[in-house]
Amino acid sequence: MAAPTSRRQQVEDAAFYPVDWLEERTGLVGGIKWFLYRKVPSDISWAQTLGSATLTAFLVQATTGVFLAMYYKPHPDTAYESIQYITNDVTLGWLVRGMHRWGASVFIILLFLHMARVFLFGAYKYPRELNWIVGVLLLVLGMLEGFTGYLLPWDETAYWATVVGINLNGTAPFAGPLLAQFLRGGAEIGTDTLSRFYSMHMLLLPGAIFALIGLHLYLVMRLGVTSPPWSKHPAGADRVEVPPAGRPGLMRPGPRGGVAK
Amino acid sequence: VDSHRDDEEPHVPGPSLWPIGFAIGIACVLIGLVVSWIAAAIGAVLTAIFGFLWIRDVTASTEPAPAVEPEVREVAVAPAPPTDGGDAALAPAAAAGEERYPRNVFLEATTLGLGAVIGGIVTLPVLGFAVLPPFLEQDRDEADIGPVDAFPEGEYVIVTYLADLEAGEVSRRTLYVRNNGLREDGQPSFTIVSNRCVHLGCPVQPNGPINEDERQVEDINGYPVSRIPTLPAGFGCPCHGGQYDIEGNRTAGPPVRALDRYEFAIREGRLILLDPYSVSYVEGEGGEATIVKYRHAGPGEHVDGWSALMYPIQAPS
Repeated sequence: MAAPTSRRQQVEDAAFYPVDWLEERTGLVGGIKWFLYRKVPSDISWAQTLGSATLTAFLVQATTGVFLAMYYKPHPDTAYESIQYITNDVTLGWLVRGMHRWGASVFIILLFLHMARVFLFGAYKYPRELNWIVGVLLLVLGMLEGFTGYLLPWDETAYWATVVGINLNGTAPFAGPLLAQFLRGGAEIGTDTLSRFYSMHMLLLPGAIFALIGLHLYLVMRLGVTSPPWSKHPAGADRVEVPPAGRPGLMRPGPRGGVAK
Repeated sequence: VDSHRDDEEPHVPGPSLWPIGFAIGIACVLIGLVVSWIAAAIGAVLTAIFGFLWIRDVTASTEPAPAVEPEVREVAVAPAPPTDGGDAALAPAAAAGEERYPRNVFLEATTLGLGAVIGGIVTLPVLGFAVLPPFLEQDRDEADIGPVDAFPEGEYVIVTYLADLEAGEVSRRTLYVRNNGLREDGQPSFTIVSNRCVHLGCPVQPNGPINEDERQVEDINGYPVSRIPTLPAGFGCPCHGGQYDIEGNRTAGPPVRALDRYEFAIREGRLILLDPYSVSYVEGEGGEATIVKYRHAGPGEHVDGWSALMYPIQAPS
């Protein structure tokens, strides 16, 4: 081990020791750097942040959902009362439920905006076709989350909207009646319907969404971010260094250290 | 983050037996907390002693682990493969008879196969558990909805009752029941119409006055069954505007057939609800109506015509 040369060096050694310890045993630090410190096209804009925004909205749903599950009771006799209890009696319950309820709409809206951005920018083209497909699966799972979550308040709107939604599935040719029967958990909507919707809403679907988000992000890491269609730098081409035209400023910084090339 | 270490050797402490004693000590403490404080004290002493020895062992030296002599296996030297390549290159190994089915391929196949078998053993029952119950044991209870006298002749009564006594209030359903009086052949006749719209299953409402003042409530099997007289000119669905006439035939909107009906029985002067059935169109009125019964179909499904062919499989209801 090299002898520390100065007090500053000693402090740095001490500060980095836990990080180095972790890195040596897990490689996590390098992995996180690979994940976060990526090269992106210079002409990307806020439009490319819609995916991260959607991810954030999903994490908000997952977090608030976990805590709502601590108070929610998925049985026809208790579901509505437990929602009333969460909203009116539990400390900050109105806030967490409101975040989950409105965040659901935010999540779906962001999903569509992100999808529109990818479509309009042509970012689904080679070699990113599979990521588009994974994204479409995520959209379907997100809509299913909305469908299953809508029943849980167990009020009139929830009940009849779910009746209509399940019967809509039931009108699909051939497999429709079987699908509807599976969703209802029987011939009629009842106790089994509520508990199976709850199980799908908080276990099955989020699990699948988490897994697919992992795959989605891995493909983004591997394939990189696309330039916008109006980019002056074609993908794959070597960048031509353009010498600064005018006075160095905020938008066009001068060479580092003020030394011209 | 740059590693500030110069050496590339792993920092491995030598093997040590002290953790075993340490673990026994911890176990003694935990047992002692339940059984007696003496055992706990002995455990604490053991924990302290072995913990100290373990820490001393670990911190004493971090010498690199002794280099292990690489294991060498006697390998039968195969004759040099011919230089022309292709299939001929495999010939010597096959001829030697030792690589025909290599051990690692066998182990790989065994591991994957065993994994698949275990996965199947776990997954299939769970899938069956998730999927099958809705399709089995779907027996519909008969329901008593009150004495025949409670239904005045020629008038509709709104009946709410429990379709499944075990499920309780969640199975409360609504029917429109009309006593048609005696038919020409002397048999009693009732028109019992389900309130579920055959578009997508919303509750249809009577288009006409509902006589709340004459509501009757009767406890049957521990749950209230209510009967409210009404004078509908037809039935209408609030969801998507489906309209039906007084016999349940569709007159407007998206529904695909007439409202579903129920079979009935009269036992000891009481009206008993039997199985539901679907109807495409009701010809005639009241007790003299001509009705072709179809098996109970879901909302939105045609029961006759070519589009009925799209629903060949029906779930039990």
